[in-house]
Amino acid sequence: MSWLRIEKLTVEVEGKRILNDFDLNIDQGEVHVLLGPNGAGKTTLIKSILGFKNYHVVNGHIYFKDQEITHFPINERIQMGIGVLFQHPPAINGLKLSKLLTVCGEKRGNHNGEIQGNNYQQIESSNCSDEFPPYIQSLADRLKFPPDYLNRDVNMGFSGGEVKRSEILQMMVLQPELLLFDEPDSGVDVENVELIAKIMRELLDRDKVPSKQTKSGLIITHLGYILKFLGHITRAHIMMDGTITCSGDPALIIHSIMKNGFEACRECISCVESSSILKEVDFTL
Amino acid sequence: MNTKQNMTKSDNERQISSEEIKKRAKEIIEAARQNNEDGIDLDAYTLGDINEPEATMHSEADIPDELKESMDKVGIDIKENKSGIYLQTGNKHDLCVSNTPGVELLPIKEALKKYDGTDGKFNLQEYLWKAVPYDKDQYTAEAAIQEITQGYFIYARKGQKTVFPLQSCLFVNLPGMKQVVHNIIIAEEGSELDIITGCSTHKTARKALHLGVSEFYVKKNARVSFTMVHNWADDTNVRPRTGIILEDDAQFSNFYIVMSAVKNLQTNPVIKLVGKNASYYGQTLIYGKGESYFDTGATAHLIGEGSKAEIISRVLAVDGAHVKARGTIIGEGRDVTGHIDCSALILSDRSRVDSIPEIQAKNPEVTLTHEASVGKIADEHIEYLMSRGLSESESINLIVSGFLDVDTSPLPEKLAKETQKIIELVSEAEMG
Repeated sequence: MSWLRIEKLTVEVEGKRILNDFDLNIDQGEVHVLLGPNGAGKTTLIKSILGFKNYHVVNGHIYFKDQEITHFPINERIQMGIGVLFQHPPAINGLKLSKLLTVCGEKRGNHNGEIQGNNYQQIESSNCSDEFPPYIQSLADRLKFPPDYLNRDVNMGFSGGEVKRSEILQMMVLQPELLLFDEPDSGVDVENVELIAKIMRELLDRDKVPSKQTKSGLIITHLGYILKFLGHITRAHIMMDGTITCSGDPALIIHSIMKNGFEACRECISCVESSSILKEVDFTL
Repeated sequence: MNTKQNMTKSDNERQISSEEIKKRAKEIIEAARQNNEDGIDLDAYTLGDINEPEATMHSEADIPDELKESMDKVGIDIKENKSGIYLQTGNKHDLCVSNTPGVELLPIKEALKKYDGTDGKFNLQEYLWKAVPYDKDQYTAEAAIQEITQGYFIYARKGQKTVFPLQSCLFVNLPGMKQVVHNIIIAEEGSELDIITGCSTHKTARKALHLGVSEFYVKKNARVSFTMVHNWADDTNVRPRTGIILEDDAQFSNFYIVMSAVKNLQTNPVIKLVGKNASYYGQTLIYGKGESYFDTGATAHLIGEGSKAEIISRVLAVDGAHVKARGTIIGEGRDVTGHIDCSALILSDRSRVDSIPEIQAKNPEVTLTHEASVGKIADEHIEYLMSRGLSESESINLIVSGFLDVDTSPLPEKLAKETQKIIELVSEAEMG
């Protein structure tokens, strides 16, 4: 079953065309990676899938689980099961992270972690406050947050790694079925990349047997380093100038980008060269 | 008695007789009337019943339900532990109970009689009009003439520390009434006082005028916190006049919360930090709605070496409300620091907010800063929360309630919680 299907999507931001006849299909259980140079329109794609106000759909359709959502309000899409990790989320003065997480949980009917695959709610937490459900503290502990962290204002003065961990913490509470990750590893130190990847892997059911892999994901990344920790990636796409220019085997595509950069992709030169050595390459390159 | 050094020069030169004060006050009022100053005619309001020397209630048990309801609206919970309670309706006091030794709570008229300078007692007259000049404007002049009206006197003896706050509530209960209040608060050396006060118009008395003179004298090493909640009606004019004098190492935290509609409210407490290392922290929270007009601020004079002041305001404006948020810090002494911070959210097309910070450095050894932000809620913030499953209005509510989550850390822990609770209660009641 198709989890996310985008057909001929054309999007304008402030009168400027950013997405152009964009097509993509992600089936249930699949994880795709989207690569592309700066300005290719990757973040615009994410915000268009969510339905942000300034992202005007001029043409085309977006479907989630075969239901058209092109013109749905943002929150309805989220309630249907789409979740997103933003690259640069805003800081909100006065709104405590714990409060946001509690509200997120309530919105998803997740009052004490019962919709978690793991039994987080059974983990007793030493420094949990009565202001928010204990399962939230348990989740924060897994992400190695300092005790006072949940009481800080959302993204206020957070380091790069803290921003991403806060984003992933929100995903853990929301438990989406389709997960969109916009640069989950940018500005994050190596240690935290592994920690974030570990949780992503869990959220995406990567360690379950194939028939139990019900979640789908779209990962935007610059580097590909994080992919090393994510298990099997179904497919990779290269996005340039608002559209997908190439799709195929992740190992092959990442290898050729690493070797010759995105510009070479325009000519497909490196992939032709690399095909013969496919057996030797992997994501770690 | 050490107040003389803190008096302004003109007062120090000669002791003005009360007759002279009244004469001058009348001239000020007359001049204001002729110039139609400030658009408020003091004669359009009446004082109501003032000739009742005895309190109408003897204990908290006597407080009628109707009054309790009004108290709830300004966050005063009589079930809470307290060091004392003072209630006043109109221009006469209803209840005055103090239950902490070392801390005195009296109706001001009684206090003036008791502390008259005889038998080794100090003379309260020496504190009258020293932190707030009687000739400041027609409102202070009115209070100077109407010295027969009421108010409270709070006196913390040397080294006395209250565990629980003192509660006070002032009500305006009749239409067309002017309430003229004069309060004096003295915290002697090393003492600590926490005061929670609420002022409110009864629903039956929409058209009213509240004049409140409050003079605070915080002596060496003393600490005072003052949390004030106002709940007015849309036809009530409000003119609080507050003066605070802080001696060496004295600390003052001031929380002022207004979340109701009002007709016209103007206040600008003047804080004189005359002592070394004296400090002032003031936070004002205004939720302007209806057709309310607010002009609020604070003026801090950093005179003593190393003294510091922070003036913070948070403003929410909806409907046709117009809010002016001011702050003035004047750096006069050496090594003084001051900061003004104003943030405002404008939630409707008709509402208006002006932020007017002013910092004056009178010598190079001062550090004065200000920051301000005024505007609507960023779309980016709303969309971020919507991306977590919240509807647009839920997102706005969450951002607004976060905005109202003021920093109460300068207060003692117990009172910080209490103040948070008050803000929650009041905002729930006013915003739903």
